[in-house]
Amino acid sequence: MSKISRRKFLAGSVAGGAAVMMTPAKKALAAGSFEGFPDGMGVLVDFTRCVGCRTCEAACNKEQNLPAPAKPFDDYSVFDEIHHGQPRRPTSKAYTVVNRYETKEEGPVFRKIQCNHCNEPACLTSCFVNAYTKTPEGAVIYNSKVCVGCRNCMIACPFHIPGYTYESVINPVIKKCIFCYDTRLKEGRPPACVESCPQQVMTFGKRAELMNIAHERMRKNPEKYVDHIYGEKEVGGTGWFYISGVPFEELGFDTHLPKEPIINNVKDFLAVVPMVLAIWPALFTGFHLLATKGKSHGHGDDHSHGEEGH
Amino acid sequence: MKKLATYGIKPHDAEVKADGQKWSLMEKLLLGLTLDQYLDQLKRNKFNWLLALIFAIGIPVIIYRFIFGLGVVTHASYDYPWGLFLGFGLFCMVPLSASGFMLGTTVEIFGRHDFEPIERLALLNGLLGYFFAVVYLLVDLGQPWRLIYPMFVSWGPAAVLFLVGWHVATYLSVQVMEVSTAFFEWIGFPRGYEFIRKGTVGLTVSGIILSTLHQGALGALFTYAPGKVHPLWYSSSFQWIHYFTSSIPAGLCMVISVSTIVILTMKWRCDDRFINNLDRITLSLAKGAAMGLITYLFIKLLAVAHDNEWAYIATGWGAWWLFEMLAGVLLPMFLLAVGIHNKNVLLCRIGAFVTVFGILLNRLNTALITFNWQLYQEIPHMWEIVISITIFAIYVATYRFILNRLPILYQYKAQAVEEGVAVEAEQKAAVNA
Repeated sequence: MSKISRRKFLAGSVAGGAAVMMTPAKKALAAGSFEGFPDGMGVLVDFTRCVGCRTCEAACNKEQNLPAPAKPFDDYSVFDEIHHGQPRRPTSKAYTVVNRYETKEEGPVFRKIQCNHCNEPACLTSCFVNAYTKTPEGAVIYNSKVCVGCRNCMIACPFHIPGYTYESVINPVIKKCIFCYDTRLKEGRPPACVESCPQQVMTFGKRAELMNIAHERMRKNPEKYVDHIYGEKEVGGTGWFYISGVPFEELGFDTHLPKEPIINNVKDFLAVVPMVLAIWPALFTGFHLLATKGKSHGHGDDHSHGEEGH
Repeated sequence: MKKLATYGIKPHDAEVKADGQKWSLMEKLLLGLTLDQYLDQLKRNKFNWLLALIFAIGIPVIIYRFIFGLGVVTHASYDYPWGLFLGFGLFCMVPLSASGFMLGTTVEIFGRHDFEPIERLALLNGLLGYFFAVVYLLVDLGQPWRLIYPMFVSWGPAAVLFLVGWHVATYLSVQVMEVSTAFFEWIGFPRGYEFIRKGTVGLTVSGIILSTLHQGALGALFTYAPGKVHPLWYSSSFQWIHYFTSSIPAGLCMVISVSTIVILTMKWRCDDRFINNLDRITLSLAKGAAMGLITYLFIKLLAVAHDNEWAYIATGWGAWWLFEMLAGVLLPMFLLAVGIHNKNVLLCRIGAFVTVFGILLNRLNTALITFNWQLYQEIPHMWEIVISITIFAIYVATYRFILNRLPILYQYKAQAVEEGVAVEAEQKAAVNA
């Protein structure tokens, strides 16, 4: 029966503890509250102006080289499409979609859906390979080169935005609106959908300035708008935000989302991590010392080659 | 094997044979039987036929998934990106495998050597559960060959999944080391055995740390989706404690369940030490599980009170939640408590199976059933179910393969004991039978 000295097993437990401590500390703890890059761009979307022409969908399709849709962009029967009781949502083949909602106040109202480019995106904070980046220009972009395909970002996105190319075998990736970052935003130009809109539904500019414009519009026409800018505060603020003549619930918006970034829900747990890493080794080695004091040091070792048991 | 035993054939269980000769690796793999005997008993066991049937259907489907992509075996849903592979394979297998660190702690840290007869079964249960959770993950990942990216290529340390990945990987290696002592004994490498044995306390303590964190982290993964998981199953502050705490009865009850199956179906492989101690140990494990369950029940209620979600209980989802609490937590708690009080091992075993059911229900509820409760319910794709069952069958087959061989249920002897007189004559009779 091999006996182990106290020094030996302490060394062992320290080594074990050290191995665990190698795990990098969680950087989110230091992130504090990030309210977006000061000069980040955004888009103000005014639903009172949208007529549902789907020009933006066509422009996006062309700009992003997406495959031709099943129904052409001037086919308005798509507004009646219902999958699983839900209207259309962005997919890997369509980064933006326009839906029609029947409202009590104003009858049919159209809503454009695409990535909202959050200030502190849930997709980004949930990604374990850091595939997402929030650029200083305001876009949330994605690096398919490092993506493992866990799809945690799709779980985390509160707006049900990311699509995934499940059909690909070798290189399935996330597909979502990237604010036309590569082709336009980087050069300071507005995204294709904004430029294409015949109704000036969308206004492109610095997010901070656009917010003032939104407030101004609502102040001038209080009877025209509901008193809420969706995206000003939701999940910590979004780059794209919305004003509307009807309550946002009626347009399918989730109005129960927290006002804080999604990552704040996770911080309770993240705060526990360093504590467990620091306290557990000493605590449990201590328990071991207390529990086995005066006995053989945890090495009864009943398994050693058929010797006597206890 | 039972049949062979009646002919006086003993399975391989010692370093050297009764006549002093060493066992060859082939003989060890065949459990000390001749090839004919071995194949014969394989064919006699009906369970093997069931496994063969599952593999015959399931393995081609797994190959099909890797040739044609995830899209052909799942609904390729954007709203339910995680299906059964993770909902069952990861979120259920991991808590049910908490047994390794539970029993490791009991025996090695608290010095409770009276639990030793079951320690190795618990460690193996942990190792295999984690390993197959990773197998499920590999099937589910879009690009499984990039699994090492979070370790070496690109770090996203703010993500809970980063922590899960690192910790499951580290803990898997810890568990491999913990179980390797049995392997070293079996293969005949005493130096390796001694080396690992010296680091046991260190390994066990790292096991506790890693388990606390990643069991909790699996729960914390859902805190990314506050609007998607139903409020009764969601708690920003308590989610990780729920998952960690429930993993304790889950792991303990899984060991009781597995040991029950083992004692019923492969008693020939258990030695007297295991058989004679099992009832006592089952009652003790049941005690731990019952305490775990009451703690879990308490913090589940605490979470509902903390977020003031009582109103939800009056809804349809609330009734489902109550069912989970009653059938998955209170009922097994009651069964275990009565079983412990009356020293009724059978009742404790039933309680353990019900606990396992309760944990499965809870994890599936969080990951699939109540997920997107405001959208729609998705029923997993048929092939998704087939693949999940197949991987589970591979898990069971591997589990049994190892239990049959390594000294998990029995103590390795220095030399086999001579049994009966005309063993050879009887062996021939067995082959002919």
